[in-house]
Amino acid sequence: MSSTEVTDKTPAAAPPGGNGAGGGDGLLQLMLDGMRRNMRQYGMLIALGLIVALFAVWTDGDLLLPRNVSNLVLQNSYILILAIGMMLVIIAGHIDLSVGSLTAFVGSMAAVFMVKNDLPWPVAVILCLAVGALAGAIQGWFIAYGGIPSFIVTLAGMLTFRGLTEIFLEGQTLGPFPKGLQTVANGFMPEVGPETNYHNLTLLLGIGLIALVVLQEVRDRRRQKEFDLEVLPAKLFLLKLVALGAAILVVTMLLASYKGAPIVLLILGALLVGFGYVMRNAVVGRHIYAIGGNLPAAKLSGVRDKKVTFLVFLNMGMLAALAGLVFAARFNAASPKAGLNFELEAIAASFIGGASMSGGVGTVLGAIIGGLVLGVLNNGMNLVGIGTDWQQVIKGLVLLAAVGFDVWNKRKSGS
Amino acid sequence: MAGPVLEMRSIVKTFPGVKALSDVTLTVRKGEVHAICGENGAGKSTLMKVLSGVHPHGSYEGDILFEGEPCEFKDIRASEQRGIVIIHQELALSPFLSLAENIFLGNEHATRGFINWNATLKHATELLRRVGLSDHPDTRVADIGVGKQQLVEIAKALSKKVKLLILDEPTAALNDEDSDKLLDLILELKEQGITSIIISHKLNEIRKVADSVTILRDGRTIETLDVKAAETSEDRIISGMVGRDLEHRFPERSPHRPEEGAAPALEVRNWTVHHPIDQQRKVVDDVSLEVRRGEIVGIAGLMGAGRTELAMSIFGRTYGRYAAGTVLKDGTEIRTKTVPEAVAHGIAYVTEDRKHFGLNLIDTINRNISLSALKKVARRGVVDEHEERQVSERFRKSMNIKAPTVFEPVGKLSGGNQQKVVLSKWIFAGPDVLILDEPTRGIDVGAKYEIYTVIDKLAAEGKAVVFISSELPELLGMCDRIYTMAAGRLTGEFSRAEASQESLMRQMTKDKEVSR
Repeated sequence: MSSTEVTDKTPAAAPPGGNGAGGGDGLLQLMLDGMRRNMRQYGMLIALGLIVALFAVWTDGDLLLPRNVSNLVLQNSYILILAIGMMLVIIAGHIDLSVGSLTAFVGSMAAVFMVKNDLPWPVAVILCLAVGALAGAIQGWFIAYGGIPSFIVTLAGMLTFRGLTEIFLEGQTLGPFPKGLQTVANGFMPEVGPETNYHNLTLLLGIGLIALVVLQEVRDRRRQKEFDLEVLPAKLFLLKLVALGAAILVVTMLLASYKGAPIVLLILGALLVGFGYVMRNAVVGRHIYAIGGNLPAAKLSGVRDKKVTFLVFLNMGMLAALAGLVFAARFNAASPKAGLNFELEAIAASFIGGASMSGGVGTVLGAIIGGLVLGVLNNGMNLVGIGTDWQQVIKGLVLLAAVGFDVWNKRKSGS
Repeated sequence: MAGPVLEMRSIVKTFPGVKALSDVTLTVRKGEVHAICGENGAGKSTLMKVLSGVHPHGSYEGDILFEGEPCEFKDIRASEQRGIVIIHQELALSPFLSLAENIFLGNEHATRGFINWNATLKHATELLRRVGLSDHPDTRVADIGVGKQQLVEIAKALSKKVKLLILDEPTAALNDEDSDKLLDLILELKEQGITSIIISHKLNEIRKVADSVTILRDGRTIETLDVKAAETSEDRIISGMVGRDLEHRFPERSPHRPEEGAAPALEVRNWTVHHPIDQQRKVVDDVSLEVRRGEIVGIAGLMGAGRTELAMSIFGRTYGRYAAGTVLKDGTEIRTKTVPEAVAHGIAYVTEDRKHFGLNLIDTINRNISLSALKKVARRGVVDEHEERQVSERFRKSMNIKAPTVFEPVGKLSGGNQQKVVLSKWIFAGPDVLILDEPTRGIDVGAKYEIYTVIDKLAAEGKAVVFISSELPELLGMCDRIYTMAAGRLTGEFSRAEASQESLMRQMTKDKEVSR
């Protein structure tokens, strides 16, 4: 029905790059168009900004103190790791309720390997990731090849892994973990170079990152031109580069004025970039979107849907293991009650970040944004002294509002 | 005979962009069995939906008189209260409830919201007996066959004190024995004074049960015939169904000349497929056919003839349970057990149901086009987005897909443009054999012509094209050869010269005993 409406928009195409004289209006229009197309993600980004601003004011700036920003990253790292995997699961049209239990289970395995048997920590880490992958693979096998709904399989997994955790730990808390692992989960990048009041390595890293981003964007633009594709007008492109650079710079400076970048942040960054790239550019990523968007159509297009589903759950298991290691190392103990409700936090993060119940929609960046919304809410509410009782109420309402806004927005646009 | 029980006068019903009924008049006499026939899309089902209140009063023009009184039904309940009950083609039974529960669903024997099970069971047993079923009313619907389920639907209708029973292609999903039972029941109900309207395109069925038949074509009433009259032959009905003037235009096709000695691009031998659930039923029955390079071969058949089932079972066995048969490509036998295998052998299937099986509606044009051949724009598992975008831009232009960019979600496109995206997707996969299932269904005339041109071009490039359609003019306009199917079997093969609407329709309406 909207085919006419669609054709109407054609003139919104960019004026040829460079001489955007008097193109200020068109520029704004273009930005608005782009935002409208990704309403959910931009919406959440803006919401995140508002929440940050709100708490920054409310806490007299405490929220954005370098120390607190570092803390925020460390506190939320495991949820963010889980959210990345959960996003993939939800895009594929499934759900995983077992990740909280699996996090605890891998934590207990880590304790058994390192505390009880004194294995060197790198070996133990690899073993733990393998255990997670195996757990994910078993669940994935039942879901993909056994045809049992993921809700059921992972509900069973949630109970099973929680039980196994308690069996392995005999109901006790085990610790401490080797120093090396603790540094990875809780520590910062090493201090090097002259005294500058800032953390040198972090600064270097930030500058390197900016250079890399700019280089990548420029190369991308050149390739688009090579393929005779439309590109952003030069003005807007420059604006984009400046905005990106500024954002990275601000975070870098914040971190660098405390102890530097937490190592977990580097891991998270690598996961975000890696999974973002896979979901956007890899064949398997496309296939995940395809099976979630329309399973019969994907099957008839030759997508090996079972294999893809299996891999998604295998991956989730591995990420849950990583989250479990980080969590256990951060608290320097494996506890039978670790990871309670983590699955729900990760699922909430995914939905706040733009996933859809029916699958096929969402981005890895969205999961991170969703996770950060929850994280900043947690942190901010702690700082201003709101009790955990009210925190839950507020988080619940935020989830409802985020998804409600999306539903309303979709209905309005009539699709 | 008695006077009219139902009169529908000058019914007009428009859907956005399509006029489904442009002027339909229907008169049904009391106590008769009245058949309605016509091609797919002639407006039969729409007419019955208007009558039963599925399309409420006000959404159509024209008058409906039932038992002499005007009717303004706002929903199905309203029409059921007057004794008009429709049984849809897709059965509307809840599979895990019992027969008794289904019969009284929405109409429960209850006092103050609590069900009286004794009364329910007693009445259910009576009603089941009336339709010739001896199953216990506590049996689950899922545990009885489709044939019996159809009878349960009728029992449900009887529970509503039905005066006019409408059956939409009641035997389409039934085997011969069950069909006979059902038809006998309709005659029995007629004895009891129940008027029936039966939509069917099986002519032998119409001759068996109907007193009169109304023929619809392109949303209009063509004529009403007395079935018992001598001059109402099957040919007479057929010519009424197809007699449309051929104002469609097709691209000029030069006749296909097969290369000497070359094996057919695709050959199917003795292909037999069983229904996925009812395993006694052969949905495709011993079908053998071939398509050569550069040739467009039509498969004509009415709904339920097994065309889609044939195509999908060949394409990676995506339908039913395989029973027998082989597929040969260029003379050598190939495995097509999974979709990737079929695609790797250069076979593409363009589904008739693009929304459910063809497209990911929430995704972009770009990504839909590349999906079935992502490897072509990927290096070592990584998609080159620029190349992908270039490819889809090329298709957007060459196929004339009307959208500002290839990043538009396909769900926002019109039917014709969606179909172009599906076609692009499979052309991009680079197949040798394209199976097109109803490629012009639900799209407007202009877009149809564009699709025909594309199909013609594909054949000219040396691809083998299988063209499944229930619109005879388009098959006659486009195909070098046409097979007809009925009840899962091939019932005829026509060269372009031999084929006519009448000759095709005759083979398409053949039933099993006739074809033997």
